[in-house]
Amino acid sequence: MSVKRIWAIFVRQLYLIRGTATRFFQIFIWIIVDITLWGFITRYLTGTAGSEFSFTTMFLGAVLLWDFSTNVMQGITMLFFEDVWSRNFLNIFASPLKISEYVAGLILSGIGRSILALIVMFLFAALVFSFSIFGFGASLAAFLLILFLFGIALGVIGISIVLRLGPAAEWLVWPIPAFLSPFIGVFYPLSVLPEWMQFIGHLLPPSYVFTGIREIISGGTFSSSTFFWGFFTSLVYIVLACVIFVGVYRKAVRTGLIARYSAETVT
Amino acid sequence: MTVSKKPVLEVRGLTKNYKSTTAVDSVSFEVRSNEIVGLLGPNGAGKTTTINMILGVLEPTHGSIRIEGRDVALERSEALERTNFAAVYSPLPGNLTVSQNLRIFGLLYNVPDSEKRIEQLLEEFELKQFRNTRCGVLSSGEQTRVSLAKATINRPHLLLLDEPTASLDPSTAQSIREKIKEYAAQGEGGVLWTSHNMYEVTDVCDRVLFLSHGKILLQGDPKTLPGEYKKKNLEELFIMVAREPLLLESM
Repeated sequence: MSVKRIWAIFVRQLYLIRGTATRFFQIFIWIIVDITLWGFITRYLTGTAGSEFSFTTMFLGAVLLWDFSTNVMQGITMLFFEDVWSRNFLNIFASPLKISEYVAGLILSGIGRSILALIVMFLFAALVFSFSIFGFGASLAAFLLILFLFGIALGVIGISIVLRLGPAAEWLVWPIPAFLSPFIGVFYPLSVLPEWMQFIGHLLPPSYVFTGIREIISGGTFSSSTFFWGFFTSLVYIVLACVIFVGVYRKAVRTGLIARYSAETVT
Repeated sequence: MTVSKKPVLEVRGLTKNYKSTTAVDSVSFEVRSNEIVGLLGPNGAGKTTTINMILGVLEPTHGSIRIEGRDVALERSEALERTNFAAVYSPLPGNLTVSQNLRIFGLLYNVPDSEKRIEQLLEEFELKQFRNTRCGVLSSGEQTRVSLAKATINRPHLLLLDEPTASLDPSTAQSIREKIKEYAAQGEGGVLWTSHNMYEVTDVCDRVLFLSHGKILLQGDPKTLPGEYKKKNLEELFIMVAREPLLLESM
């Protein structure tokens, strides 16, 4: 793999963000909206139900962490969409860039973008709602690792969908996190779900993070077995996502879809 | 123009089938160092399909493509480091400036001392005043010059040009042609050029390949080839290839 070529993909992201205020604010505007909404909901619930239960940690912490994972996914898909929107596929894929370098570049951009978003999240939640995510202690690093890996997997699956189905499939990708959140149990334990939903929930790594949050709130710790399952399933998703993407890319090269991408299909 | 013996591109038995359609049918040809080869043919003849296969964005059904001895199917990245292209249907992203685009492609093509090279290209293609202008707001001629600057950024040994002068005024087209001729004459590069402008092809190309229904029907020197088929010029020969390919196949 060439570091220079991976860097090229990252630099493109920097130029685009630097060039348009819309792209810059888009990174954290929805996070701020989410934190504001859930911050006031938790303030209201704490005022009504008393302070015996930590609504702030429960809801605001969960929203913050789920938004982080969503942001990692969007960091990857957004840069791919930039190639779709500017019809840049031929220039990119007819260069010496390897497909692994392209994906690595997208992931690197996702990392940069999510770090920026994370800093804004932490600061905003701390300044406006006096909530410190660091209350989770050392478990926070484990939570972030699992959510980060899952965000990458979602991003790669998202770009595979758009590469396979064409630019119009973009609308399928944006709602993926919202579609998954009921199964993950962001705000409630999986046990409240019907069995079939619980089954799906157990297959999704973030559900182990939110189970961990509830364990901590109830005075326990984030158990190593919960961490292991969250981490292990995340790695499985990453491998699966990469296999899917490589398969979709190879099919696109075989059918000529890469060269005529705006046509959406060549078959 | 002196044509050396060193092939930069070797295409052997190249075929592309789409279900029941054969877009390119057992095509074989070479492009040598310092040579400009014209790939001609009517719309749908298989020119762009051939170029896409050479660029590694379309997998051939059969056949092999070697760029300076490197098989595109097996050493795609290494082969493409020595290649570049410009096509009228593939402009650079309009939301980045000229210098940003060139910087990104300088990194992608692993260009040593890329800042110096970009300055040379801005000078050579008269783009200095547009260095901080987004490509999307440039005129067609200016965008073509940016595409050509990108196409030559890595001093490719194989340059693929798919209708590079389409939509340009005659004066700009002539200046672009001169630059490409100069490029082929000076360095080690060979050029594969597609165009529908037969005047341009006669002026620029050392050799032409006529493609029809995915097959090479005839090839030769664009200045003498029309005479061999009792045609006044290349345009008349082109029309015959487009309208009566079966007649040519039987000749």
